[in-house]
Amino acid sequence: MLAAIGVDSVADLFEQVPEPLRLGRSLELPAGMSEAGVYERLAALAARNADAEEEVCFVGAGMYDHYVPAIVDAITQRSEFLTPYTPYQPEISQGGLQAMFEFQTAMSELTGLPVSNAGLYEGPSSVASAGYLAIGATGSRRFVVSRGVHPHSRETLATYAVGFGAEVVEVGLEGGVTDAAALAEAVDGETAAVILQSPNFLGAVEDVEALGAAAKEHGALLVVAADPMTLGILRPPGEQGADVALGEGQPLGNRLDFGGPSFGFFCATEELIRRMPGRIAGETDDVDGRRGFVLALQTREQHIRREKATHNICTAQALNALGAMIHLAWLGREGFRELGELLARRTAYARERLAAVDGVELLHEAPVVREFAIRLEAPVERVLATVAAERGIAAGYPLGREYPEHEDGLLVAITERRTRAQIDALAEAIGAAVAESGAIVGNSATKAPEGVG
Amino acid sequence: MMSLAETPMQRERAQTIYEKSKPGRRAAVLPEAEVPETPLDELIPAALLRSEPPRLPEVAEPEIVRHYNRLSRRNFDLDTGFYPLGSCTMKHNPRLNERVAALPGHARLHPAQDPSRAQGALELMWLLQRSLAEICGLPHVSLQPSAGSHGELAGLLLTRAFHADRGEERTKVLAPDTSHGTNPATVTMAGYEVVKVATNERGGVEIDDLREKVSEDVACLMLTNPNTLGLFDENIAEIAALIHEVGGTLYYDGANLNAVMGHSRPGDMGFDIVHVNLHKSFSQPHGGGGPGAGPIAVSERIEPFLPRPQVVRREGENGGAPFFDLDHDRPQSIGRLRGFQGNFGVFVRSYAYILSLGADGLAEASETAVLNANYLKARLAQGRAGERLPVAFDRHCMHEFVLSGKPMKRDLGLATLDLAKRLLDYGFHPPTVYFPLLVDEALMVEPTETETKESLDAFAEAIEQILAEAEKDPEIAKQAPYTTPVRRLDEVKATRKPVVRQPL
Repeated sequence: MLAAIGVDSVADLFEQVPEPLRLGRSLELPAGMSEAGVYERLAALAARNADAEEEVCFVGAGMYDHYVPAIVDAITQRSEFLTPYTPYQPEISQGGLQAMFEFQTAMSELTGLPVSNAGLYEGPSSVASAGYLAIGATGSRRFVVSRGVHPHSRETLATYAVGFGAEVVEVGLEGGVTDAAALAEAVDGETAAVILQSPNFLGAVEDVEALGAAAKEHGALLVVAADPMTLGILRPPGEQGADVALGEGQPLGNRLDFGGPSFGFFCATEELIRRMPGRIAGETDDVDGRRGFVLALQTREQHIRREKATHNICTAQALNALGAMIHLAWLGREGFRELGELLARRTAYARERLAAVDGVELLHEAPVVREFAIRLEAPVERVLATVAAERGIAAGYPLGREYPEHEDGLLVAITERRTRAQIDALAEAIGAAVAESGAIVGNSATKAPEGVG
Repeated sequence: MMSLAETPMQRERAQTIYEKSKPGRRAAVLPEAEVPETPLDELIPAALLRSEPPRLPEVAEPEIVRHYNRLSRRNFDLDTGFYPLGSCTMKHNPRLNERVAALPGHARLHPAQDPSRAQGALELMWLLQRSLAEICGLPHVSLQPSAGSHGELAGLLLTRAFHADRGEERTKVLAPDTSHGTNPATVTMAGYEVVKVATNERGGVEIDDLREKVSEDVACLMLTNPNTLGLFDENIAEIAALIHEVGGTLYYDGANLNAVMGHSRPGDMGFDIVHVNLHKSFSQPHGGGGPGAGPIAVSERIEPFLPRPQVVRREGENGGAPFFDLDHDRPQSIGRLRGFQGNFGVFVRSYAYILSLGADGLAEASETAVLNANYLKARLAQGRAGERLPVAFDRHCMHEFVLSGKPMKRDLGLATLDLAKRLLDYGFHPPTVYFPLLVDEALMVEPTETETKESLDAFAEAIEQILAEAEKDPEIAKQAPYTTPVRRLDEVKATRKPVVRQPL
């Protein structure tokens, strides 16, 4: 090979690197290892994590311990889906492109909006991307955001907004849901988007249509972040006036993975199709008239449009979106609705069960689907540590981490993996831990069980 | 023009899973409710409920498996054949990495788990941060960005915060005309104006043009080195000095890091901020367009502004074991770029890759990538390819090189696109085409280190045959491909009248 190139050694090829810039030593990294050795090393690290296989997981806060059916792994691990890149050559990428088209159809059905892209990085950055779209669509640079929107989404939006030269205004919650009067007050003619989440971070289902009226009145876009797993039963954002519906896709066909990779879904009205971020698969024909799929509307994208692109995204999360599509096909139309109902009923049970525990009360009474917030009359982090150490239960997400006004709050999430027995054990464990902390004040009378036995 | 019978796969017309749906069929068996079956509208007001479920397909499991297996066979992939897609580093994806990423301790770990119960994951992230810092020659790393373009956005927001902290407001970002499209797109998103810098006759930055455009309005220069022509910019030290003199930052687009691992480090070249595409140099499978990850490495002066939270190692008390933590208390941070901690599953795979290769293995990977690229370039300089597809800049390349199809188009009437489509019939993924923009009819070829000499020879031979065939009858390539599941597709129609979902 060297002879064909006309050099004596590989080092000659590196001569284009100026001598002072050559490293001239080995990297200070360990020597290479055998496959078995690497496996042992990584397995030893994995063993030091308390995962949902070993702890009963009631933690949600945007990512949920759902059961991912075996066919998701079997199909997404196929070389033909795992190892190609973005379908720049559509004639040899029909599998990936058609899967994107099917995924877009599913997300469009879930959200009730006609246009979906093939996915973005994940939930919070999708919210920021909707902000960018709204600036282009309205010419305004102001976002009004409910405090019910995931704290990571609000913080990501604020990070991006510095680059956009945009202002972010937050509207508080009242009784667990967005304060409608404050929202109406905050929206003005300079507002690019009103951003809501339903169910919101505290688990409460928002009345999106009523809240969205303020956006409509002032010509702002209504952007709604949704939990896709609730859309088998909840009224879709598109039917409630949303211009953009998006969200974290992890609950669909993706494992927890300590936070990623997952995907963000992003749907919009027909009107916004040419402003969409990310890849979009579209249907067309080949020269012989056969049905086929291509990347549509590429003139929106960075590789064509450069500084005038609607977004800078290139590599996204195609494989994760495929996992979601397979999961949705496996659930099917009826299964998806049934799963939504199952979540709502088990959550109602868990909420009632926990509310009956001494030293526990509901943080809000708004309707919920799969997650709810309670208050503990004991330091939350201490209760969590006790319940984890003594019962092997991850009891929930401490709200004080993100909401100083809810220092005593705990967010509890339910999936189809959380059985009634586990819920009962959680209630019992929290009751014991709260009692043990000795923090129950005298005026909290012992509660009678309320028909949840 | 060739006339070929329809292949079996072509005869099998595309049918979506929605078209295979039959009412009442299903795959999932859900758990029993185990709790009172309260009517839904007693739990949630009816006005907030949907009237009917979304029209998802109704299909049994065997049909789902068959459907997606069929679809998969309509894809070409790296495990099937040579995939020299320039700038994308389509190297082999070791399956060990999939196995360790799937361990429940990784795959089922909740991202909000208390750090004390996620020590293995945080230590892995910390070790990966240290490894990337060493490879990049920069002291601090954030793993948060989800892909290269996300790292670029982080880089420009960091630059903005860095200047704001010094009371400066700058408006321009420089980028060479050879830059990836993500660079200018990111500049706009970050609120700057992009200024293009010309390329000199050696394929590097035109220093005189740069000197003219450098001013105290310049926030940053974004550069890829080796650049998208596969050439190392020999003037990088001078370029860095010019930018630093006016107080700008230097951003390294790490898409081409695979050329220099263990040989030269962006930090030593003078870069302040680097993104690393873990799905390129560090073997994360490309997944048909992701997932990837785009960690950034930065210099000391940029560190205070890194995204939050940051993975840190705290020394144990009284000689006890160290504690790995998420540090949220970073008052000067630009803030979050996404939810939770980043694409952790990608980190596991890339760390497994770094452990497997080790210090010398990474350096050897880059050497072999450069050797393979130069060998293929030399092979393509012979015969018809040498005449019809000359290399755009005739010098040794690094891990990739760019050919120009201009003579081929002039003499044979064959566009680069035609050659690319004909390559599909020969069982190869074509190189990146029509990029970089400054080369006419460009073909950007990146073989990577995981290809054998035999596969490089076979590719060169296929190009030779296609050119020979085109000398006799250029129509053959112009109508190609013939053997793929579908033939050339009408992309104009898909954009003019977009159909982006299945009508139901």
